Amino acid sequence: MKKVDFDLVIIGGGPAGLTAGIYAARARLKVILIEKAVCGGQVTISDWIENYPGFPQGVSGPDLVQKMTEQAKQFDLTIETNEVISFDLSKQVKKIKLNDRVITTHTIIIATGASPQTLGVPGENTFLGKGVSFCATCDGPFFRDRVIAAVGGGNTAVQESLFLTKFAKKVYIIHRRDELRATKILQERALANKKIELVWDSVVTGIGGGLTNVDHITIKNVKTGAIKKLSVDGCFIWVGIRPATGFLGNSIDLNEAGFVITDSKMETSVPGVFAAGDVRNTPLRQIATAVGDAAIAAFSAEHYLSNID
Amino acid sequence: MAESIMEIDDDSFDTEVLQADKPVVVDFWAPWCGPCRAIGPLMEEVAGVFNDKVKFIKCNVDDNPATPGKFSIRSIPTLIFFKDGKVFDQVIGIVAKSKIEDIINKML
Repeated sequence: MKKVDFDLVIIGGGPAGLTAGIYAARARLKVILIEKAVCGGQVTISDWIENYPGFPQGVSGPDLVQKMTEQAKQFDLTIETNEVISFDLSKQVKKIKLNDRVITTHTIIIATGASPQTLGVPGENTFLGKGVSFCATCDGPFFRDRVIAAVGGGNTAVQESLFLTKFAKKVYIIHRRDELRATKILQERALANKKIELVWDSVVTGIGGGLTNVDHITIKNVKTGAIKKLSVDGCFIWVGIRPATGFLGNSIDLNEAGFVITDSKMETSVPGVFAAGDVRNTPLRQIATAVGDAAIAAFSAEHYLSNID
Repeated sequence: MAESIMEIDDDSFDTEVLQADKPVVVDFWAPWCGPCRAIGPLMEEVAGVFNDKVKFIKCNVDDNPATPGKFSIRSIPTLIFFKDGKVFDQVIGIVAKSKIEDIINKML
């Protein structure tokens, strides 16, 4: 085997990256995990997780991440705060350019996850942090006794809207269809919550306000075409995610939406490069699926390593 | 390294931040905010590098409502970068360490 800095480089420190780290460190691979900010990824901003096994009362996102990080460190996983600038995957020994140096490795697991999708409407950027938010646990308490619009109809939108009712006087859920996509138990809770009002068949077309704060949104009914103004103090956006794959360029195959294409071993179009978690083309993006992907990816990386010269 | 980040309150904000003799980074946070807790160690890391040239400060928005009010903060973690008593830049949420370092380097 050619001499390299690492057997495996894991990119991203969310549940997928940390799980791959646990498996790889236990397999005694020479492994490093690169995280550009703080470990946890999207989980850090989730208020409450009820569908990850092992926590019958549920667990907060930050607490779960902290436990996963502790567990990885237990097996001496090296976690470095750094950023991947570019790759060279053309040879068997892969080169990764970081902020301050170039490292070489035989295998890579891409676990960079995804970030919230934006609406792309006027006012969204202007009022970011001034009423526009993607994080209920960060910003909910700023909206005590105020009126909030929450955009989306999936699990995140409904779960986080329920959390917002702890603070807000009223939460409008603005959804483009006439039924929620969220899992049934969340739908039941939303429909039973007196503070939540569902605004069906509607999309947000603009977010407006004064110099410092949001004071209204405009919404359009997709069936009738009617446009109306809704007075709100905040607008929380949960309309899906976009993969963090921009940095990959053309180096590996992505699907039309930008997610990394893998086979059942989590291997990408480049041998020795694997992907796990939300960044991958997968029918379901959950913590439970991310950690499952990651275990397979780490196992596949180990298998790949044992077969190269 | 923990002592490199000073905690201030509404009363000491003007003296410690606006009248400081070097650039200041203020981390607005609250105990209930998970991402704020998560960004803490990252700020310690950055402070460890720039401590000589930049002052690092934390402001608990629960205990000190006046200061975040003054800057219309509706989202935390928010980092505000001050130079010569004026806002130089502002970032919201968990951001890459390199982004924080870039802004600091521009301030210096």
